[in-house]
Amino acid sequence: MQNRSPRAYLGWTLAMGVILFYALIPVVWLISLSFKTPATVSDKKFVPQDTTFDNYTTLFEGGLESPLLRPLINSLAIALIATIIAVTLASFTAYAIARLDFPGKTLILAGALAIAMFPPISVVGPLFDMWRALGLYDTWLGLIIPYLTFALPLAIYTLVAFFREIPWELEQAAQVDGATPWQAFRKVILPLATPGVFTAAILVFIFAWNDFLFAITLTSSDRARTVPAALAFFTGESQFTAPTGNIAAAAVLVTIPIIIFVLIFQRRIVAGLTAGAVKG
Amino acid sequence: MSTAAPTQVGEAAVGKSPRKRGGPTQTTDRTKAERKLALMLCAPAVIAMLLVTVYPILYAVVLSVQKVDLRFPEESGFVGVDNYIAVLSSPLWWQDLFNTSLVTVVSVTIELMLGMALALVMHKALFGRGLIRTSVLIPYGIVTVVAAFAWFFAFDPSSGFVNSLPFVPDDKAWFGNRQDAFTVIILTEVWKTTPFMALLLLAGLATIDQGLYEAARVDGASAWQRFWRITLPLLKPALLVALLFRTLDAFRVFDSIFIMTRGSQDTESVSILGYNQLISRLNLGLGSAVSVLIFVLVLLIAFVFVRVLGTAVPSQGDKK
Repeated sequence: MQNRSPRAYLGWTLAMGVILFYALIPVVWLISLSFKTPATVSDKKFVPQDTTFDNYTTLFEGGLESPLLRPLINSLAIALIATIIAVTLASFTAYAIARLDFPGKTLILAGALAIAMFPPISVVGPLFDMWRALGLYDTWLGLIIPYLTFALPLAIYTLVAFFREIPWELEQAAQVDGATPWQAFRKVILPLATPGVFTAAILVFIFAWNDFLFAITLTSSDRARTVPAALAFFTGESQFTAPTGNIAAAAVLVTIPIIIFVLIFQRRIVAGLTAGAVKG
Repeated sequence: MSTAAPTQVGEAAVGKSPRKRGGPTQTTDRTKAERKLALMLCAPAVIAMLLVTVYPILYAVVLSVQKVDLRFPEESGFVGVDNYIAVLSSPLWWQDLFNTSLVTVVSVTIELMLGMALALVMHKALFGRGLIRTSVLIPYGIVTVVAAFAWFFAFDPSSGFVNSLPFVPDDKAWFGNRQDAFTVIILTEVWKTTPFMALLLLAGLATIDQGLYEAARVDGASAWQRFWRITLPLLKPALLVALLFRTLDAFRVFDSIFIMTRGSQDTESVSILGYNQLISRLNLGLGSAVSVLIFVLVLLIAFVFVRVLGTAVPSQGDKK
């Protein structure tokens, strides 16, 4: 980094331009499509010649019966509940692994890693069969449970990496200074642990928000269908209008939360993603 | 107060109170208590993980040795390995396995090279680090189905902008033949996951001691030599981890193929085959055999990688 010549600056600015272009082009294309009118949606132009909000408003026409509102509520609720359950359970486990001495530590970590590699298609059939028998087919819970297959290992891994970095001696230091164990936990450990827990939660939420395979196999209606699955089954207002504009608009809407997370928490997300991997 | 506090319930097991390091019996008690607490803390997550993965997998094995077709429920019964024979003797399975391997190998190779380039560039960032990190996280975080639609619409002959670009035939039907369809599918995979590869490699790069490069430069090593002799060997652990994650992830490819071709033009992957058998044809027996075979293949790939990883890590330790 000692090479701070004008040429280096020019080179880096150019590289930044290329990276930004690479990362954003499909997103900008979707935004462009989502504002095109039915007459111009097939004009193959990158920039809309004629713009409209109709693609967005028609997605919500008819309230809960509309194409997107129910799936959006389902997606949010299912991803949030799965995240809360996974992060809570994983916090206990990660605390034990990071802080306590017991046999089976490595086994749990290796097991979690193995489960994270799991091909979801392998459990879809049995879940489909069991859920229909148990009445969980096409329900929120019917998706939340399978989401734990990837949410728990991901949360455990991220949290263990973060918890290992916490200087736990501070807890005792606080107690030496006269704090009760509860005070030491609440005022010293909790503020140190919160960012890690939060990061794990964001990562788990993004993964749950992204799921498609479970969502199309374990649901059959808008009762529990999430946005990615709903998108795949979108139909136009009539059989003659292709729903391109609507799909693009819905796609833009589900991308907004991801962009907000990424904008605010990019540093944490990168730390969380790479924490487990680099240490091996 | 300070000596009394650690003896309270819970804290006794967790806190490392110096007062307790006395007799051997106390140590054992403490160890026992610590183990008990650890067990209680781990149990919920471990039980949940076993219930949502191991149980369904065993159930899949049970289904795979039976004839279970939900369209003809009265014909159910034990058939042994018939379903496996049916799958393994079907040309479709081998075709799909080849397709899946093709997508995996090609996309992971491109991702590795592109991700390495991206990581090296990002490592040298002079300014705007946050901006770059944010923008590369967007492809990573975006819903796969959304990414698939974005590229599908971009290449769609009737409305996509790609065909209006120079040097591209205006009427090229990208999803009308196998080769072009695979090009777009692989492009989508590469676009979405290269950032993940780059971020893992970037984190690996950050752990390399800059002094090594200084020393190599003083000794007259070229940039290319520095990359091959310092960066690559020291990056090996991070590289293998990134490759393992990405290979297993690419092997499950489903979302983008489902959105773009639904497996037409011979672009079906093994996951799409499993889906078609299980959900479209409701043939749980045959579909489960496909599922179990995919699971075994993933285990095999992971096993090979872990063997390579296991031999790679000590060699890195030697160099330190």
